Formats: sequence, structure tokens, C-alpha cells
Amino acid sequence: MAGTKNHDYHILPPDIWPLVGAMSALTTTSGGAMTMHGLAGGKYILLLGFAGLILTFFSWFSNIISEAHAGDHTPVVQLHLRYGMILFIASEVMFFVGWFWAFFDFSLFPSEISKAIGGQWPPKELESVLNAFDLPLLNTLILLCSGTTVTWAHHCLIHGDRDGLKKGLIATILLGLLFTSIQAYEYVHAPFPFGKDTYGSAFYMATGFHGFHVIIGTIFLIVCLMRAVAGHFTPRQHFGFEAAAWYWHFVDVVWLFLFVAIYVWGNWGFPTE
Amino acid sequence: MATTADHLQAHDDGHAHHDHDHKPGFFARWFMSTNHKDIGTLYLIFAVFAGVIGGAISGLMRLELAHPGIQYLGKIATFFGAVNPTFDQTLHTWNALISAHGLIMVFFMVMPAMIGGFGNWFVPLMIGAPDMAFPRMNNISFWLTFAGFCSLMASAFLPGGTGIGAGTGWTVYAPLSTSGSPGPSVDFAIFALHLAGAGSIMGAINFITTIFNMRAPGMTLHKMPLFVWSELVTAFLLLLSLPVLAAAITMLITDRNFGTTFFDQAGGGDPVLYQHLFWFFGHPEVYIMILPGFGMVSQIVSTFSKKPVFGYLGMAYAMVAIGVVGFVVWAHHMYTTGLSVNTKMYFTAATMVIAVPTGIKIFSWIATMWGGSLEFKSPLVWAMGMIFLFTVGGVTGVVLSNGGVDDVLHDTYYVVAHFHYVLSMGAVFSIFAGFYYWFPKMSGRMHSEFLAHVHFWLTFIGVNIIFFPQHFLGLQGMPRRIPDYTPAYEKWNALSTEWGYSIVGVGVIVFFLNIGWSLVAGKKAEGNYWGPHANTLEWTLSSPPPFHQYETLPVIDDKAHH
Repeated sequence: MAGTKNHDYHILPPDIWPLVGAMSALTTTSGGAMTMHGLAGGKYILLLGFAGLILTFFSWFSNIISEAHAGDHTPVVQLHLRYGMILFIASEVMFFVGWFWAFFDFSLFPSEISKAIGGQWPPKELESVLNAFDLPLLNTLILLCSGTTVTWAHHCLIHGDRDGLKKGLIATILLGLLFTSIQAYEYVHAPFPFGKDTYGSAFYMATGFHGFHVIIGTIFLIVCLMRAVAGHFTPRQHFGFEAAAWYWHFVDVVWLFLFVAIYVWGNWGFPTE
Repeated sequence: MATTADHLQAHDDGHAHHDHDHKPGFFARWFMSTNHKDIGTLYLIFAVFAGVIGGAISGLMRLELAHPGIQYLGKIATFFGAVNPTFDQTLHTWNALISAHGLIMVFFMVMPAMIGGFGNWFVPLMIGAPDMAFPRMNNISFWLTFAGFCSLMASAFLPGGTGIGAGTGWTVYAPLSTSGSPGPSVDFAIFALHLAGAGSIMGAINFITTIFNMRAPGMTLHKMPLFVWSELVTAFLLLLSLPVLAAAITMLITDRNFGTTFFDQAGGGDPVLYQHLFWFFGHPEVYIMILPGFGMVSQIVSTFSKKPVFGYLGMAYAMVAIGVVGFVVWAHHMYTTGLSVNTKMYFTAATMVIAVPTGIKIFSWIATMWGGSLEFKSPLVWAMGMIFLFTVGGVTGVVLSNGGVDDVLHDTYYVVAHFHYVLSMGAVFSIFAGFYYWFPKMSGRMHSEFLAHVHFWLTFIGVNIIFFPQHFLGLQGMPRRIPDYTPAYEKWNALSTEWGYSIVGVGVIVFFLNIGWSLVAGKKAEGNYWGPHANTLEWTLSSPPPFHQYETLPVIDDKAHH
């Protein structure tokens, strides 16, 4: 603000969105808790909170983009953004550690007490599970493929091939949407319900949170595509794109672990549909 | 750093004036802040506020415990909205009180004070940075903490399980927190942890990025003040442990509301899984609450011993070691859940290992003081109190780390005494040490050293009267988390309440008088009011520092020591 700034760090003016974002988060959780208990008005409070969160995300990221265009993202600030994204992904990894922990607890030490589980994994009460080498394998290939298309897009961006950038992004987004659609199809047709026992809990929550992250990553890539169309990103400075790509690779890697652990190893030898 | 500090003084003071004129207006400054010092102030005010509420709750608990029988819980239940509470609902209020006390003190008092408050204020100042790496994210970290507090407060007035409020303990163990507490109260309490946790994860990202990337030219990691090291290690613990808690409490939410069976045995679930997930977070969490205190004590002991801290590198890497080993000892909170003997042996051994780096810290502080020219200013007195009392808590910690011994002492007042020695004495004494060390730097006004000493002695005597007898009560078998007890335990409990809590209460009043008096009539503080041995970079600035400091970055010269 005042004085002469003799450094490359980004000193920001006051901003309303942190307050709005936090209050929207509180509104969302309060509305959520009310909805879960069937309290009147809960739904509307929940929706209001969501709307506030979406507005916050939109405005906040818009501001970051215009600051980047205004030249505020000096090399050291870009480095901050890189650190921030890597650390965020590290925390996300630990979030999934929690879900894998639950899965391995249930699968390595299946409950002897519960009749439904009967001391075996997959549980005794299940008649069949999903075949890992059917649609899940296809989904694995889809995600791996999308990892290559996003790298294609990145390569084009670095070499100034704007057309290739857009094509690569479109391919990645379509593969992401295809993945999500196949997951949705599997959920609808799976031979076991959500919840009810540990299998239906660990499977749906772990793959569900992964699916949610895929959707977030897809939205991130769609924003990148829109920005690419609007002429954003230069071969030298395009951290928004890189962050989306890193995030995409992260969801890809989480899927590989889910696929190997839950679909292949966890279902080994069990009848499939 | 002394040499650097001297030649910077003139320069930065020169900057101070014109900056003062450009602070944003009231709303923009305090509700839309992107300034690390203002956000730090918000955190500190919030921590004091939450501390008063959490402390008042402990007052209610001590009141009820002063004598056997149930005296006050019915009235307290009515205050929180129960109509003609039954006996069970009355007892539920006890559970709600202990849960609220724990959650408030951990998440809304100690963490906001140490990390949000002092961390925000002094990490950038000490590394020569103009602000945090992500100023806006810094602000949402604070407001999410505040939002979490609001959610927790709401939970106190909503139906929980048996009565009003979330009666789950701060650990929110299943199945008490799932099938045992059907009301919306527990959902609000769990979401409070989600909100505060999200804020803390963002804070952790901010601190790590700031410390790695924004150190002044020449300040290598090995020249960084120990307080900054402590916040760095703390931030890593937060970053890696909180998401696991987030997963665990999300499982609670889905078990409660959407029919999953993570912790429900009927569906093959495992209540002990919750404890594993919780303590995988919870044990690093207890180091999160003390490491910044270690950092502050190191700065203070060095300043007032007029010597550099003994064994700087050992001190830094002892904290790293505590952080790393802190991730692999969690099940020592779960010795009575039926762990196998081999598992208990591992966790006993691993836990005892932590005494080694902790011992390095204690002995290095003593060695720093040894032969030093000690000046008994209030920060040093509080820091020495911390060293002494934390050591007492540390030693009982080694006792409890033994799985065999813990079979007997688990869930007795011995454990309560242990963790209050390390937290409400270790952590809180270091918070007050840091507070008196830096209050004039933050406010621009000197506090009264006399009142600070009175505050210290009242607190020191009071907390020991409250908590030391609890070792005896625990060894005699008094269980924790129960509002009633056999009359055999009455004497120590009455002493604890009538003398201990009252004396601490007077101490708190002295503390507030001191702040109030200082802000109104305190002498104006100089830039470096502790003298040349306070030689980290914050002492090169005016008190309070300019709104934006270090507009020209300080340079740390090669020969400078830490």
C-alpha cells in the first residue's frame, strides 16, 4: 500500500471473500445438520450456504486470475502457489489415508461378531461383487489415458500450440466425464447397497470421495479450457493449468490404489456378476 | 543476528510513519484483513474470549466436584435449555461440560493463541518477511475457526443424546457419538471440527510456504529462530494429521445419518477403528499444542539469560524428532481397548523414545540458563514455570506410556493431572510467557511487570493446588469424566476447587487488569524494550511495527549467529 515496496512478494488489499466464504461454510454445515435431522428450513439454509460457497470460489479465483494478469505473480509468488498446491495435495492424500485405513481394517480383520460379515472379505452376506476386470479396468484405462492427454495439452501449451492445448484439454475433460458416468452406472447396478455393512460403507465412501474429487478436477480442467479459449496462459506462465494437471494426476493415482486394493485385491476369488 | 539488527533499526523506523496513515477503515481492517499482524490480533482476542468460556466451564465442573453428590448440574442443565431435567439428563450435562471444555481449550484457545496468534504475528517478523505467503487464505483460516466456534456454541443448546448438548468427550468416540447421541447437537459439534480443521489445514499450508519461501536473504534454515522452527514442525503435523481426523469424523457423520457401519458392530464395523483414526490425529495434536510453546520458551530463555540458546541445532532437530516420532505412538491412548501385548510393547517403547528429544529440550533450556546473567522479567518467570511444570507432566507421561501401568491408571484422575500439567501448565504457561514477551511489541504499550509477576505466582500456586492432588486421586482410583465420587475423595477435591480454582481465578482478574491498565496508561514501548539480547528480527522494528514492515527486506549477514 503505502511506502515503496522493494520486494517481489504480493501484498494484498483487504478482501471480503474470506469472511463470506467462512460464513457460507458455517451456513452449509448448519443447514446440512438441520436437513439430516429433518428440521424445517434446513434445506434452504443448506442451499444458501452452497450458493455462498460457489460465489466465493468464483470470485476468489477470478481475483487470482486478474492479479496474475496484472503481473502480481512474480516468480516468488508463483513459487508460493506451487508450494501451496503441493501441500494441499499432501493433505488430500492424508484424507484418503483415513478411508484406506478403514478399508484395510475391515478387509484384513473381517468381523467375526457380525453375522453379515462372517469373518470373511468380501462379507458372507454378499452374493457377488463388481468384477475388477470389467468396467473398473476400463475406468483405470480411461483415467490413465486422461493423464496422457493432459500432458499432451501441457506440452502443446509450452510449445505455443494453442490448438493442441484446447484439444488436449477437451479430450481430458471428456475422459473425465466418461469416467464419472461409468462410475455412476456402476453405482446404480452394483450388487450391494450403500452402507448396511462395512463393504458397502468402505466401498462407496472411498470410491465416492474419489469420484467427488474427479468431478472437482474436471471442473478445474473445464475452467482451464475456458481460460485457454479466452487466450489465457503463456508458454512461460500458466500455473492455473499446472495446478489442474497436478490435481488430475493426484486423482489418477488415488484411483490406481483404489483399483488395486478395493477392486482387485479386496474382491479376489469372489463371485462376480 | 545482533549485528544485522543494529543497522536495520534506523532504516525500518524511518518507514514507520507514513504507513500508519494508510490503515484501512474499521470494517475493512478487522473483517476483511489481509495483514498478518491484524489477523494475529484477531486470533489472540478470539483465543482469550474462548479461553474465558472454556475456563468458566471448568469453574462449573470444579464447583460440582467440590463435594460428593450432585449439586449444581440440574441448574446448569436448565440454563442450557432442559425443562425439568430427569436425573439422566442432569448427568448428561456433565458430559456436555467436559466435552465443551476440552474442545474449546484445544481447538479454540491453545491452537488459535499459539499458531494463529503468535505464529501469525511473529513468524513473518522473525524471518524478515513483509507478510504471510497467502494473506487472504490467512484470513479465511481465522474466520473458519470462528465459524467452528459458532457451530460448537450452537451444539451446546441443541438436543444431544440423553440431554442437551454434545456429551461425547472431546474425542467424540463411537458408538457414544453415533447411536448413543441421536440429536443434532453432535452433528453441529462434529461440523465445528470440520470447519476449524479446514481453517487449520489452510493455516498449515500458509506457514510452511511462508517459512520455506519468504525468509530474508541470508537466513538459511539453520539460522532461523527456534520459534519459527517450532511453527514449521507444528504446521507439518497439522497438515498431515488433520485430514485423517476429517475422514474419521466424516465417517461419524455418515454412520449417524446415512446408514454406514464404519463403527457399528452389527454391520461389521469397529469402534476401535475410530479410536485409531482419532488418535492418529490426536497424538500429533498434543504436540501441535506444545511445540510452539517450546519455540517461545527457547526465545525467552535465551533473551533473559543473555546467551544464545544452548545447542541450537539439537533444539531444532529435537522438535523435528518429536514431530516425526509423534506420528507413530498414537495407540498409547488405547491401551485398554484390547490391543495385543506385542502392540502394547511397541507403543510403550516408541512412546518412551519421545522422552529423549524432549529431554534434549529441557536440558538445553537449563544449560542456556546455566552461567547466564539471568534477568527475572515476567516472560522468563513464566518460561521457567513452564519448564518446571511441563517436566512434571512429562515425567508422569513416561509413567503412563507404560502399557502395563496404564491398565491401572487409564481413565483415572492421574491422566487428568498428567495432561493438565503438560497443557494447562506447559502450553498455557508458554502462552503467557509469549504474551508478556511480545505484548508491548504488539500493542506499543508496556505492561506492568509487577502485575505480571503477581499473575504468575497466583497462577503457579493455583494450578498446582488444582492439579497436583489429582495425581493422588488418580492413584487412589478416582475415575475421570464422572460428576460424583465416594466421600473418600472429598478432601483433595474440595481443596482443588476452593483454593486452587479460586486462586487461579484471581490470577485471571489480575491478568485482565494488567492488559486493561497497559492499553490505557502503559508506558509507550520502544522498539527493543528487552535490550540487546533480544536479537531476533522483530526487535529491529518499532512497537507496534509498521502496518507493512520490511518494505526493503533485511539481509542476514553470513557471520551472524542465531
